[in-house]
Amino acid sequence: MAQVDRAVSPPHRLGFLRTLRTDAWWFEPAAIGIGLSVFLGYLTVSAFLDGWAYEIGPYLTPVFEPKLAGSFDAWYFSPALLILWVPVGFRATCYYYRRAYYRSYLLSPPGCAVGDAGKKYSGESTFPLVMQNLHRFFMYAALVFVVLLWIGAIRSFYNTESIIDGVAVETGWGIGLGSIVLVINATLLMMYSFSCHSFRHLVGGGSSCFSCSAVSRARKRIWDRVSAWNESHRTWAWASLIWIVFTDVYIRLVANGHITDPNTWGGF
Amino acid sequence: MTQADTSHLEPGTSRTVTLRVFRGDASGGEFVDYTVEMDEGQVVLDVLHTVQATQAGDLAVRWNCKAGKCGSCSAEVNGKPCLMCMTRMNTLDVSKPISVTPIKTFPLIKDLVTDVSFNYEGAKQIPAFAPRAPDAADGSYRMMQQDIERGQEFRKCIECFLCQDVCHVIRDHPENKPNFLGPRQFVRLAELEMHPLDTADRTEFIREAGGIAYCNITKCCTEVCPESIHITDNAIIPLKERVVDKYYDPFRWIFGKLTGRD
Ligand code: SF4
Ligand code: SF4
Ligand code: FES
Repeated sequence: MAQVDRAVSPPHRLGFLRTLRTDAWWFEPAAIGIGLSVFLGYLTVSAFLDGWAYEIGPYLTPVFEPKLAGSFDAWYFSPALLILWVPVGFRATCYYYRRAYYRSYLLSPPGCAVGDAGKKYSGESTFPLVMQNLHRFFMYAALVFVVLLWIGAIRSFYNTESIIDGVAVETGWGIGLGSIVLVINATLLMMYSFSCHSFRHLVGGGSSCFSCSAVSRARKRIWDRVSAWNESHRTWAWASLIWIVFTDVYIRLVANGHITDPNTWGGF
Repeated sequence: MTQADTSHLEPGTSRTVTLRVFRGDASGGEFVDYTVEMDEGQVVLDVLHTVQATQAGDLAVRWNCKAGKCGSCSAEVNGKPCLMCMTRMNTLDVSKPISVTPIKTFPLIKDLVTDVSFNYEGAKQIPAFAPRAPDAADGSYRMMQQDIERGQEFRKCIECFLCQDVCHVIRDHPENKPNFLGPRQFVRLAELEMHPLDTADRTEFIREAGGIAYCNITKCCTEVCPESIHITDNAIIPLKERVVDKYYDPFRWIFGKLTGRD
């Protein structure tokens, strides 16, 4: 041990939380840790709450999108559990969320120039963290979800039920606050997916020659655009997370009659 | 915010400040307080020079350009890795002593001077630039700006090794040093791998000798880089994705076998 101790220059010492920093370095990881726990905790609970109404008229909470109707009613658990592995896997292996939870949850490291937790460290070179390399496959599946969420958002402009909660309402095309909430939700999730580091690599980052052909020149233009989005990947990650929670809360409050959605179909 | 604003100092005025400087060598040492006059607009290195000129003529400190371009004056001020010549006093709380220590990750020689040869040994291992045949008879090349510009960001590196110092992979686990080259070398590797003239494939090297999987992209290197190089986003993550292409992506492997492309 003494030998390893001497491997760093004095007055520094090895050890968990060792630092000479005097600023409030702990604030950011603490705030992010609490934020993640609150929002992810809510979504986890929500996914199991298939007994609490989660759809009304043209609105379906994105937590249960796509709706696995009919044949899955026999499924004992909440139907959301059959599909949630995609967004959960995508976010769990996301380069931004990795940074966030490695710092806030695994304290590896808790802050820059602050001693990390754990005697040994092998990063993402060994199981289970080597599985982070699967991020791109979750990203492919997440792109399908971008389409599904847009279908849900567009569907929210078309009401097919003439009687909702015992009240006669209009059917057909219309617009409500819920439709707008769902469009914003689809937009934010799309931008989160399109700013993904693996997506950036896919569209052009892996290419070694941008000028070689018309195709590679087009890829370069797409890559430039995605690179610009990618700089705000953290912002998209948080905005889409917070908004899906808000959307779920909003639709459930409407669906359970706690609030009324202003819309052109005549209220519900 | 714990930072006091001392920018109210008018030109030509001064105030006293205490630097708590580590003095010693690899066998140990101690903090020594030096209280000196500080002028408006000074950086930590200026004040340290005042200390050296007036109270500690034998203080060992590396510096050269005083302009953030030579990468010599790396140290840790109030525990944060930084270039002393680019850290302005008015960003620090001068009502309390300011600690100045050598960078942690490399063996101490004396006072603020460390032996950073780990980084030069790492650089030596990197497979060298391997350009294709020249495009013209006079040995010159033709390159398009859109192909070369990605690597230009990486050429801003001044080899201050602050990223190497802050990286917890070796800062907190010195036993990883033989298996991990560190963020500065990933910047160099990204520059080579993305260079339009280069023909070598360093993916295996990046994965094996480079130890890129040890990096958990927590981004401290990017936070401290005085050249604002997007070390993680533009160098390390793209290299990790290239490693995935080669080692963890069965679709790409099958596609490559079917089409005969690499
Ligand atoms: S992002 Fe990776 S290379 Fe950079 S400091 Fe963190 S672990 Fe080290
Ligand atoms: S990448 Fe930045 S922090 Fe690292 S050695 Fe180069 S200039 Fe310094
Ligand atoms: S003296 Fe050259 S970088 Fe500070």
